[in-house]
Amino acid sequence: MRSGLLVFALKRVLEAVTTLFVIASLTFLLLRILPGGPFDSEKALPDEIKANIEARYGLDQPVLVQYGQYLKGLVTGDWGESYKYIGRSVTDIISETLPVSAELGLYSLLLSLIIGIPLGVIAASKHNTAFDTTAMLIAISGVALPSFVVGPVLVMIFSFGIPFSFLHGTLPPALWDGWEYMILPVLTLGLRPAAIYARMTRGTVLEAIRQDYVRTARAKGVPERTVLFHHVLRNSLIPVLTITGPLFAGLLSGSFIIEVIFAIPGIGKHLVSSVSNRDYPLVLGLTLLYSTLLVVSNLVVDILYSFVDPRIRVEK
Amino acid sequence: MRSSRAYRRFVKNRAAIVSIFFLALIALAGLFAELIAPYSYEVQNIDRVLEGPSKDHWFGTDSLGRDLYSRIIFGARMSMAVGILTAIVSVVIGGIYGAVSGWLGGWVDTLMMRAIDILDAIPSLVLLILVGIVFTSYQPFENPEIRALTGILFALSIVGWVSLARLVRGQVLQARELLFVEGATAMGASPARILTRHIAPNILGPVVVMLTFQIPANILFESFLSFVGLGLQPPFSSWGVLANDGWRAKSSPHLIVFPGIALFLTMLAFNLFGDGLRDALDPKT
Repeated sequence: MRSGLLVFALKRVLEAVTTLFVIASLTFLLLRILPGGPFDSEKALPDEIKANIEARYGLDQPVLVQYGQYLKGLVTGDWGESYKYIGRSVTDIISETLPVSAELGLYSLLLSLIIGIPLGVIAASKHNTAFDTTAMLIAISGVALPSFVVGPVLVMIFSFGIPFSFLHGTLPPALWDGWEYMILPVLTLGLRPAAIYARMTRGTVLEAIRQDYVRTARAKGVPERTVLFHHVLRNSLIPVLTITGPLFAGLLSGSFIIEVIFAIPGIGKHLVSSVSNRDYPLVLGLTLLYSTLLVVSNLVVDILYSFVDPRIRVEK
Repeated sequence: MRSSRAYRRFVKNRAAIVSIFFLALIALAGLFAELIAPYSYEVQNIDRVLEGPSKDHWFGTDSLGRDLYSRIIFGARMSMAVGILTAIVSVVIGGIYGAVSGWLGGWVDTLMMRAIDILDAIPSLVLLILVGIVFTSYQPFENPEIRALTGILFALSIVGWVSLARLVRGQVLQARELLFVEGATAMGASPARILTRHIAPNILGPVVVMLTFQIPANILFESFLSFVGLGLQPPFSSWGVLANDGWRAKSSPHLIVFPGIALFLTMLAFNLFGDGLRDALDPKT
C-alpha cells in the first residue's frame, strides 16, 4: 500500500520534471526565433560595440551552444545575467522580489480560505434560505469583480477619501512596509479566490449531504453538528483541496496587477516589463519560475490527494 | 424530451433569463455602437475634460474630453467581439483536437494529452503575455486596431482551446462506448460522420456550458491585457483600456466606476447564465 503511493509519487515527479524541461526548451527556442535582437535600438550601435555586448552575454556563440549553456546554467543555479539591469543576475532579481509576492499570495490565500470555506459550509447547511441566497450572490459577485477595478476603487476610498472624506488617508495606497500596507492588496487579491472557495465548498457539501452515509448517520441519531463536521466536511473538503494548487500559482502570477496598482516591489512587475524590454534571461527565468510553481503545487496537491483518497492512484 | 425538460428548468431560473436579456442588450449595443452612442469614441473636447456625469455626458468625460458613455458602448463591441470570437476559435481547435485524440486513443491520445499538459503547466497569464509578444513582433497587419485585436485573439485562443480539448476528448471517449455509436460503426459510417452526426449532438451541452464560462474569462483577460498595456491602446476603446484610464485619473472616480460596473454586470450575467444552463442540463448539481 505504501509502496503504491511511492511509485505514484515518483511517476508524477518524473512527469513534472519532463514537463519543465520541455517548457524551458520551448521558451528558449521561442525567444531565439523572434525577429529583432535584444540589443536592437532606434539608434544603430557601432558594430564593434554590438559585437562586444553580444560576446559578453554569449550571444556570438552558435544557438546550440547557447542552448547547452542555458540548460547547464538552469541545473547549476546560474540563470544568467539580466540584459536590462546590468550586472544583476536573474536569480538575484528573483530572490529579491519573490518573497514579497509570495507573502502577498500566501496571505490572500489564507484570507480566502478563512472566508470562503465557512461561508460555503454555512450556505450549504442552510440550503435554500435567505442566508444561502445572499451568500451565493456575494460569492458570484466576487467572481465577477475584476481585481483591477476593485483595487483602484479601494485606493480611491481609503487613500483619497472619495466619496467618504472621513476615510481620507486611513490606509496607505502603496508600498509594502508593514501590516497596514498589506490590508488593501491582500483584500483585493483574496476576494476572487474566496468567492471561488465559497461556491465550490457549497457545491461539494450539498453533494455530500445527500449521500446515504449521511442519512444513516442522521437516522442513527448522530447530532447534526457531528454529522456536518465529521461525516460531511471530511469528504467534501477533498475536492476543494485540489483547486488550492492552481489557485495559489494563479495568485502568484495574478498578483502582478495588484503589485502595479499598489506599487508593491514584488516579482510581478518584471513579468511584463521583461518581455517588452526583451530581457531574455529574465523572461526565461520568470516563465520557468512560474511554471515550476504551478507544476509543483499541482504535484503536491496530487500526492496529498492520493494520500487521502487512494482511489486516485488506481485510476491513473 | 430531455432537452424540452431542460428548457423548462432553464426558463424557471429568473436570474438566468434576466442575464441573457442583459447580455443580448450589451451585444446589440456593441453591434450598433455607431447608431446608439451619442458621440464617437475618439472625439475630444478639451473644454470639457474630467467632468462628472451630466445631461450632455451621461457617464461624464475623460481626461481628453471624450464621452465616457460612448466609449463604454464602443468598448462593449470590442469586449464582446473578443469574448465570442475566441470562444469560436477555441471550440474549433479544441473540438477537433479533442475529438481526434479521444477517437484514435492509444499512444496518439497519450502523446496529444501530454502536449496539452505541457501547455497547461505554463500559467495562463505568462502564456498570454509570451504569445502576445510573439504575435506583435511579427506584426502581420498594418491597421493598428486589427493588429491589436488579432494579437489578443491569437493569445486568448491558444490559452482557451486546451480545456475544451480535454472536455471533448473525455466526452468522445465516453460516447465511443455507447451502443448507438457501436451500431453506427457496424453500419459502416465513417469516423467523421459518427463524430459529427452521432457524438457531437450528445456532447453539445457540456461544451456550451463551458463556453458560457470561457467567454467572460476571455473578456476579463482582454481587459487585463489592455489594462497592463499589452492589448488595445487608446484612442481605441475596450473596457480594459477604460479601466486603465480610470485608474490613472485617481481623482475622478467616475472614470473607473462606470467601466467597472459595465465589466462587473457582464461578468455577473455570464456567470448566472452559465450556472442556470448547467443546472438545467444537469439537474444533479
